[in-house]
Amino acid sequence: MKRAIMIDPEDTVATLLSDAETGEPVYIVTADGKETKALKAREPISMGHKVALMSLKKGEKVMKYGAVIGQAIRHIREGDHVHVHNMKSLRLIIPLNASRIPK
Amino acid sequence: MEITGYVRPDGSVGYRNHIAVLPSVSCANDVALRIGHTYPNVLVLAHRQGCGQLGDDKDQAARTLAGLGKNPNIAGSLIIGMGCESITAEYLADEISRTKKMVETLVVLDEGGLPAALPRGTKALDLMLREASQMKRVRCDAERLILGIKCGLTDTTSGIASNPATGIAADMLVASGGTVIFGETPEIIGAEHILAKRATSREVEEKLYRLVNQCEERVRASGMDIRGANPAPGNIAGGITTIEEKSLGAIKKGGGTRLQGVLNYGEIPKGRGLFFMDGPGRTPEALTGLSATGAQIIIFSTGGGSPAGTLISPVIKVTGNPHTAQRLSGHIDVDVSSILRGEETLETAGERIFQELLNVASGKVTKAEALGYGTISVWNIAPPM
Repeated sequence: MKRAIMIDPEDTVATLLSDAETGEPVYIVTADGKETKALKAREPISMGHKVALMSLKKGEKVMKYGAVIGQAIRHIREGDHVHVHNMKSLRLIIPLNASRIPK
Repeated sequence: MEITGYVRPDGSVGYRNHIAVLPSVSCANDVALRIGHTYPNVLVLAHRQGCGQLGDDKDQAARTLAGLGKNPNIAGSLIIGMGCESITAEYLADEISRTKKMVETLVVLDEGGLPAALPRGTKALDLMLREASQMKRVRCDAERLILGIKCGLTDTTSGIASNPATGIAADMLVASGGTVIFGETPEIIGAEHILAKRATSREVEEKLYRLVNQCEERVRASGMDIRGANPAPGNIAGGITTIEEKSLGAIKKGGGTRLQGVLNYGEIPKGRGLFFMDGPGRTPEALTGLSATGAQIIIFSTGGGSPAGTLISPVIKVTGNPHTAQRLSGHIDVDVSSILRGEETLETAGERIFQELLNVASGKVTKAEALGYGTISVWNIAPPM
């Protein structure tokens, strides 16, 4: 069973606790171990990477740890991998050569 | 909840009972090491400070060295000076004597050099070791416990397992009346506003922002660009997207209580609760700074598995990475990778870490401590003259 942790109730992303394949169900758990919902990974997402818990509009803030970790730079759907290709820092812009996700 | 410790003359509590040899200047290291070899159970706190330093850098070194001697884990210290240095043995002895603990001094040039200094130095250690060996642990609560917290070799498990679980243990200690100090200024950039919101006063908030600005200025002044360095390519490959995300994961290790104060590097806190200490992320300097604040024990949250410890304060190594827990089992004290497998919640993992903290306070030896792993290194903010 693949799980992703939603660290704070206000979070809009959860972090994968193990690798998930395209189409696989991912169960979202809270910090105190309660399962809140399940969603389908729309693409392969590695352990430690983020999955969107809901759709996010371009420009919308991305929340993790109950705080803003950045902003969506394109429309994000529930189940999408959330990383350098679809969100950016509001503090520092990562150089372009880092925005390709390494294999 | 009861732990045991050694009550010092000033009321502070040590959870170890060391005798230390503390050179006041790096040129006295050789003498300190020779004297220390004669009594292998003493801690020799060799370092590279004490001379050719100016202004803030000198003050910081003096404060840190004095702080090491004042740490309640040390029952007594032999301070060794040369006689020509700027941070003198006399100065350190005066400072450390405020704790009313045993302090002896020796000035090498006054004795006539290295071989001439050995008899007096070894005799002083002999007497202090005997005195310390008769001290006994007594039962006490956690109110005098100052816990230092560090993270290092951060990977994806740090932000979702070992750091938050450590933060829960930190909150439990503060709730019990104890104190928690966490640091590493570069690691809070992007999350300083979150910490600032929890500050108990405007003064604390302002100092936090000032230190973060100072850190960023130093990076700029050295001609480097922090972009591309933080998050590093390894962090990005592991799933960390922005510096905010990385730093929010880092500050989790300090827990969620109000920020009572912001300390300079190596500064002893006034009062209890959660404090942030200015300083670098580099391990030897970060751990040395925490020992100087009076932290008797340090929790080190690690993804990749750092073996590091520090001489004065036992270091408890916590990891959420199952591969690290297995491969580096000789260096890991608490394995919280069960969080990733859904076998445990952050809450119960945090409780386990807190229990380990109490056990270590009462005498349980950590992996790094048993190995005697650690190098004293004071953070320099200017080059020597």
